[in-house]
Amino acid sequence: MTAPLLSVRGLCKRYGAIDACRDISFALEEGEALAIVGESGSGKTTLLNLVAGALQADSGEVVYRMRDGAARALSSLSEAERRALMRTDWGFVHQDASRGLRMNVSAGGNIGERLMAIGDRHYGRIRAAALDWLARVEIAAQRVDDPPSTYSGGMRQRLQIARNLVTGPRLVFMDEPTGGLDVSVQARLLDLLRGLIADMGLAAIIVTHDLAVARLLSHRMLVMKQGEVIESGLTDRVLDDPQAPYTQLLVSSVLAA
Amino acid sequence: MTARPYNFAYLDEQTKRMIRRAILKAIAIPGYQVPFASREMPMPYGWGTGGVQVTAAIIGPDDVLKVIDQGADDTTNAVSIRAFFAKTADVATTTDTTQATIIQTRHRVPETPLSGEQILVYQVPIPEPLRFLEPRETETRTMHALAEYGVMHVKLYEDIARHGHIATTYAYPARVADRYIMDPSPIPKFDNPKLDDCPALQLFGAGREKRIYAIPPFTRVVSLDFEDHPFERTKFDAACEFCGATDSFLDEVVIDDRGGRMFVCSDTDYCEKRRAAKTKDVAQ
Repeated sequence: MTAPLLSVRGLCKRYGAIDACRDISFALEEGEALAIVGESGSGKTTLLNLVAGALQADSGEVVYRMRDGAARALSSLSEAERRALMRTDWGFVHQDASRGLRMNVSAGGNIGERLMAIGDRHYGRIRAAALDWLARVEIAAQRVDDPPSTYSGGMRQRLQIARNLVTGPRLVFMDEPTGGLDVSVQARLLDLLRGLIADMGLAAIIVTHDLAVARLLSHRMLVMKQGEVIESGLTDRVLDDPQAPYTQLLVSSVLAA
Repeated sequence: MTARPYNFAYLDEQTKRMIRRAILKAIAIPGYQVPFASREMPMPYGWGTGGVQVTAAIIGPDDVLKVIDQGADDTTNAVSIRAFFAKTADVATTTDTTQATIIQTRHRVPETPLSGEQILVYQVPIPEPLRFLEPRETETRTMHALAEYGVMHVKLYEDIARHGHIATTYAYPARVADRYIMDPSPIPKFDNPKLDDCPALQLFGAGREKRIYAIPPFTRVVSLDFEDHPFERTKFDAACEFCGATDSFLDEVVIDDRGGRMFVCSDTDYCEKRRAAKTKDVAQ
């Protein structure tokens, strides 16, 4: 049996007296979607940033199985390797699309940036890839030269997903991908995401406070409270038969999750 | 005997040493932007404070200085800087490209090929080629350090997507010695090929941004492009109205209020020499 794609062991992060993350461990297999849920301030986003290497952990380690099969601790990667990993094998979908997109660069340029960063120097090919990806995220091809500042919120989010997936990553981090979108747009985006994750065999870590999102997208979930994982397991099991009191409260407080 | 009103070439010796150290480092790492402690100069930013400081640091009593602004020797900026050094360094000045040992320039490379005896000093307004896409200085420095230059092509991609061809015509980014990408100051892209394998030392000074960078003699300078949209030098349909040159960079001059216009060489020295040669031919 091969090692998991990503394994996290004993991750801790403190902000002064506050324990943002306390001794968190989990593993993620290839093609598996993991949801991290919990109320706001429970450390979900901190955990995501720690795992993605955007934040430095106080202790603990994150080990990732690279494309060549070697398992490497993220802390042992050089800055150049880490950044190369971020733009090829990983994706990061931000809640706020303006953080993940270049708002004044056309949609085609946004999608093409990763390709150009890894050395593609053929305009025609980059353009074709951009058009292909726009179609896959259901954005009309005629919008390819419009900057995302002219896009609606849902379109921006889909463009952000296209931009991240164009290099065929194996792992995507998502921070509240449907936050701030209205319900019908959310449903469409979730549908699209679910399709892409299944088609591409993507592993994903999805931070959300919305249990419906977790239910729809993830295979497994972690429930966080005050920087600790209080419950973890298969999504359906956790949502249908919550064990921890806090999870029971969370589940019962949502209408028909 | 009264003391001289200025130190030689205006700047004090310690400042010149500091700038020379920055220049040496810049030459050692072609295309790398070396920070330096840019001084207040007796002229506003944007008038060539960076170029003037570089020139002041390298000029000696035997040097012959030429200053051009957009190729012309007779514009305010060029005349003022030439007068500045004539006064503070008491050096000979010239408008003849071949006679000069130091040529300070704003926005052009002379048409006459340079020799290994010459130094070309550029006045640079914005030295950072990545600034267009990345406003954070910490981030651009990291990108340079790791040679992450993908975003430069995003800029060119945008050009092609919008205009059907690479529409950047000045400050066209180039890769120096297969490593650093630099902004060759706002020279027209017509001049970019002249940077490549040039026998003269080329120094770039940005006074407001406090950066110095350099292209040593005979260094490879490649303008960025796409495989299916290669770099193209600007071509003109016209010839110079005065000297008939078809191989030089032309300025478009509006000559009346009825849409009349003409094209003339931007390099005044080149144009005048060609005209002088023609009159000589006619006289003979």
